[in-house]
Amino acid sequence: MIKNRTFGGDRGQSQFQMALERFKQNRLAMICFYVLFSLYLGALGADFLAPYSYGSEERNYSYCPPTMIQFFNEQKNLSRPFVYGRTLTFDQYQKRVYTTDKTKKFPLKFFVKGDEYKFLGFLKSSHHLFGVEAPGRFYLFGADSRGRDIYSRILHGARISLSIGLIGVIISFSIGLLVGGIAGYFGGWVDDFLMRICEIVMMVPGFYLLLALRAVVPDNFNSLQVYFAIIVILSFIGWASLARIIRGMCLSLKTRDYVLAARTLGVSNIKIILKHILPHTLSYSIAAVMLSIPGYILGESALSLLGLGIQDPYASWGNMLSDAMSIVRIKFAPWILLPGFFIFLTVVCFNMIGDALRDCLDPLYKGEEI
Amino acid sequence: MLKFIFKRILIAMPLLLGISFMTFALMQMTPGNFYDTMKLNPQVSPETIEYYKNKFFPDQTMAQQYFHWVKNLLQGEFGYSLFYNVPVKHLIAERLGNTFILSFASFLCTWLIALPLGIWAALHRNKFLDRLIQFFSYLALSIPTFFLAMLLLYLVSQWRILPLGGMHRANFEELSFVAQFFDFLQHLIIPCLALSLGSIGALQKIMRGNMLEVLRQQYVLAARAKGLPEHRVIYVHALRNAVNPLITLLGYEFSGLLSGAALIEIISSWPGLGTLILTAVRSKDVYLVMASMMMGGILFLIGNLLADIFLALSDPRIRYD
Repeated sequence: MIKNRTFGGDRGQSQFQMALERFKQNRLAMICFYVLFSLYLGALGADFLAPYSYGSEERNYSYCPPTMIQFFNEQKNLSRPFVYGRTLTFDQYQKRVYTTDKTKKFPLKFFVKGDEYKFLGFLKSSHHLFGVEAPGRFYLFGADSRGRDIYSRILHGARISLSIGLIGVIISFSIGLLVGGIAGYFGGWVDDFLMRICEIVMMVPGFYLLLALRAVVPDNFNSLQVYFAIIVILSFIGWASLARIIRGMCLSLKTRDYVLAARTLGVSNIKIILKHILPHTLSYSIAAVMLSIPGYILGESALSLLGLGIQDPYASWGNMLSDAMSIVRIKFAPWILLPGFFIFLTVVCFNMIGDALRDCLDPLYKGEEI
Repeated sequence: MLKFIFKRILIAMPLLLGISFMTFALMQMTPGNFYDTMKLNPQVSPETIEYYKNKFFPDQTMAQQYFHWVKNLLQGEFGYSLFYNVPVKHLIAERLGNTFILSFASFLCTWLIALPLGIWAALHRNKFLDRLIQFFSYLALSIPTFFLAMLLLYLVSQWRILPLGGMHRANFEELSFVAQFFDFLQHLIIPCLALSLGSIGALQKIMRGNMLEVLRQQYVLAARAKGLPEHRVIYVHALRNAVNPLITLLGYEFSGLLSGAALIEIISSWPGLGTLILTAVRSKDVYLVMASMMMGGILFLIGNLLADIFLALSDPRIRYD
């Protein structure tokens, strides 16, 4: 307790509590935190929150523009929200033209029955938060080439795009911390050897390495296997830069007296690294984790964008954007760019939180400088 | 200085060897090979496949193949592209030029805009315009480059002001030299903009931070105290010190550009190394992939070396002996 009083601010808080308090004062970072939190919640509850499943297609509605929700009926009176049906025709240039069919009205309903799913993997249900009943289709963000709802696919895609960052970062940080710790602590030829490996990985341009590593993955992998393969590939590229920085920190940390004390007491090397050295690099690593997650999300998107990542019919933000690789499609159906905004939003949030964390985890931090 | 450069190149040798080993191992691990797709083509006779196989993959052990390849590399022979049916050397030379133009244009764009912007923002810190610049920098450095390229292409497709992708227009050969140059510039704008915007944001922030840091130093105070005009204090005393850390960044930027440029090239159909390596990986064109990765590694080393040399030139305190 006394130790906390002297080092931990006025109210007997621990270092961590103080950092948390400082973080909470950063309003922008808190907004980003809530945005990210809701994105992850959306991914988790995608089955229920999305009106359709990721694969539910309706070829007659290919590239159907976003459905307008109508609040007024023909008599210009306020009514319960509904959508009109739409019919597809082609004009003389073979361009798709959707005309609203005012004879068909589909009321917008909560807890509407639709595709069956298992909520969180076990609760069987077919109710969706909102939507319209069967013959009608409700496209909040428009439809893609096969008439699948982009809003639903964004929610389902979030599962892949958002989880890849988290899992990838955990793997590569474990490797990076361990390798950096070992290299820095032991020094000598171990250090030389490990650092040369890091340099080799870092020297090849990331994108080239990404493609070459992807080529190694067998073609007969199923989607789940490809998903994990992508995580492994991204982690393989990501660990090296962290290992180098951690190694630098360890070089100075290992000369501290408490490390010497631990060594004199006969604590094993690996225990010293894990218990006495690595925790001191934590404040750096937590911020670095946040700032490196976007790299994984972008890596997955880039691969899927080129058709080398998550394959159709499964949705990820990257493979949804691969539709937008053709200028003609962007021109006539600009809503297929929407997944890109979600990638952008996620990246902004992670960057913002990472920056805020870096500031407030720094024990020498003295409030907004300059 | 020469001795230092020589030493650096010597140190780089084992690293390049490591890269060559890694790329070779990766390519050996890839399932299937170029001939598997060739076999599916009924127009290609089995004899032809046998002929090519014997020409490029004679029955050797893996180690023999590796040494054969490295030996050729040292002689400047990168191998033979199976997909394009020409030596890899020619392909890379042709595409590297295009990538280099794009990278260099974006590099110039980034540094020429970001440095003055950063300095200006530091001198007008916390004013409204500075806040605005910082806000947009944040957005710019967070937006994925490929998404930015798509957005730009969308805007351009709506306004019809710039060509949509590619490097030349169809009748490029018939144009006069000046018209050719302007046509080329027009095609360069979108990929260059997509590539630079994020880097401008990042570099501007770093420049601003460095400048603020330096402006608080005692020697700036001293310079002001002895009555130097403000522009001399800022552009001579402060700037030279603030720019030094950026030069180290330059080396990393150089190799980062290559990697970043690849995706943009593919999206805006710019015929550079990026598009080349994508086709190579897809068609399992082994030598082409290996050569591209080696090229990437070499460029990285050159970038770092250049950065060190520039740093020595700009900072007289650094001595390489």
